[in-house]
Amino acid sequence: MAYPLVVTERMMEHPADSHTMERYEATGGYQAARQALGQTRDELVEVVKASGLLGRGGAAFSAGLKWSFLAPARPAYLVVNGDESEPGTFKDRQLLERDPHQLIEGMIIAAKANEVYESFIYIRGEYPKPARRVQQAVVEAYAKGYLGKGIFGTDYNLELTVHLGAGAYICGEETALLNSLEGRRGEPRLKPPYFPAAKGLYMKPTIVNNVETIANLPHIINKGAEWFSGLSDSEDTGTFMMSISGHVNKPGNYELPHGLTWRQVIYDVAGGIRNGNELKAWVPGGASAPWFVPDLHLDRPITKAACAEDGSMLGSGAIIVMDHTTDMVGAAERLVAFFAEESCGQCTPCREGTTWLDMILQRVLDGAGRDADIDLLLDLSDNISVGLAWPPKQTTICPLGPSAVSPVMSLVRHFRDEVEAHIAKGIHSGGQGTPVSIRGSA
Amino acid sequence: MSWSAETIKRARDIVARYPEPRSAVMPLLYLAMREDGYLTDDGIKRVADLVGITAAQVQSVATFYVMYKTEPKGKYLISMCTSISCYLMGADDVLHALEEASGVPAGEADSEIAVEHAECIGACGGAPACLVNYELIEGLTTEKAKDLVKWLRDGKPETINGDELQTLFGGVTSFDWAIKEENAAIGPYPAFPVFGTAAVNSEALEPGRGA
Repeated sequence: MAYPLVVTERMMEHPADSHTMERYEATGGYQAARQALGQTRDELVEVVKASGLLGRGGAAFSAGLKWSFLAPARPAYLVVNGDESEPGTFKDRQLLERDPHQLIEGMIIAAKANEVYESFIYIRGEYPKPARRVQQAVVEAYAKGYLGKGIFGTDYNLELTVHLGAGAYICGEETALLNSLEGRRGEPRLKPPYFPAAKGLYMKPTIVNNVETIANLPHIINKGAEWFSGLSDSEDTGTFMMSISGHVNKPGNYELPHGLTWRQVIYDVAGGIRNGNELKAWVPGGASAPWFVPDLHLDRPITKAACAEDGSMLGSGAIIVMDHTTDMVGAAERLVAFFAEESCGQCTPCREGTTWLDMILQRVLDGAGRDADIDLLLDLSDNISVGLAWPPKQTTICPLGPSAVSPVMSLVRHFRDEVEAHIAKGIHSGGQGTPVSIRGSA
Repeated sequence: MSWSAETIKRARDIVARYPEPRSAVMPLLYLAMREDGYLTDDGIKRVADLVGITAAQVQSVATFYVMYKTEPKGKYLISMCTSISCYLMGADDVLHALEEASGVPAGEADSEIAVEHAECIGACGGAPACLVNYELIEGLTTEKAKDLVKWLRDGKPETINGDELQTLFGGVTSFDWAIKEENAAIGPYPAFPVFGTAAVNSEALEPGRGA
């Protein structure tokens, strides 16, 4: 079954050269930028608001509304967040690598809509190839007069710099990203008062948008808000990129309309579970999202509202699928370990809490778990995110700490028996334990 | 070690691209790694002087990010992803194979090869995956991992090209890579022309702000 493609259409139709200026212009590229340069801030903000485009970085906030909050002070900056690092997510890598001009054109539109003359793309350090492709495209755009002074023969100026990160998940958090771009440690800032729209890069008004969000803009300008909302039968408009990984037959990125069911995505789109195995659980929106299980969620629609109603989120659009052979304690440990490693260390509940959650899960896996460990995990989780609610409450500057709570809660809610079985086999229950070595010999 | 006139000019061009000089700290740290192979005290001091902050301030930035290495990592840095999707597809076994074949435990290095475990590298659809000098191999197996180490040890390639690695040692990919690429990494840091670290195309720092 074929779904309408928006941000991946060009790369699918022209795989050999979708990244070049020549192909981009031959397929209608940079027409939207030309049009936008003749439009006012109000007109552009309105059309993006009307399109219903939600931020694709994970928070799913209205892109047009976010723009409308930008404080009037100048200079202001546009920063594109290409620090894609949420485990399971690899959609922006494809958009950066295979259609960099689409991103640049989207940035020109976003810059004009917000009356910004200086912009940055922050790409994670582990993505040198996508960064090279984008840099090459930026060079081409400067050479054509599409970036720099007086772009497209107008009196509008726009500078664009590609900035490479250096291996820190937390820099995907927008205020941490801004600190990083200022040449500082990537530590999130306290909100309020440091909302980027008012006090962002160099304490100046700043728009931070995800790569996929920006990539949609040329299409919305070309074809209109109504066309964009018509792409989906659900209340969430447009398409979205889904990164599917884990135990499916056809892992990969898929651009899909909102509103399909999980069954359609896992079995039809991704080809079902490997070796004809049974589906056990999946993470619906990147590592921070509470897990879904087939009995409760397989026939639920994939929309922002339905995911929220079921106590999870669509997040970054990453689904990580686990079959019946998966040790769920192992999976939870691996997710928690990620957050423990990536905690920036500013806030005690996150720095200490994620580390302890991981150590307890490790000892359960190692056959040294205790009967009290499940309660201890829950108590610790409650100290990181009070009340264990969804969406999670924060005792911390940013949501990283509470994100580590979500796999723990999912584990205890859906697979408590597996945790108990590990503990029952362990040395504290009179068993031999089943020592597991974690991540190499280090 | 002193930096060449060309490197210093490149560093000044990078500083000039940003509204405030301190923003150049991250790219300059990569430039310093290219000069010395890793971040030396001298490199950190030079970066500090170029952007007008103290060496301690630069050090505090350098130690925050895992890709800035303050110890030698040999010529080839193998970063094996062990995050959730790669874990589900057998990454721990592949990491053990890399350690065994190289004789280098994760987190350590000999004069030629460093092995480390990495958190999610954004190659989940091609899990398990690793980076060699930040060039990607997707769809790795324990056997191919051993072949990779042997290939590095025996061949001692001067540069690391991602397409070549994927052809020799890779399998399933997250998406169709489609286009062959000439660029190659020359050390244990990302190959990005702006920092002068890619083996070809190294003059791609284009005029921008203030030019």
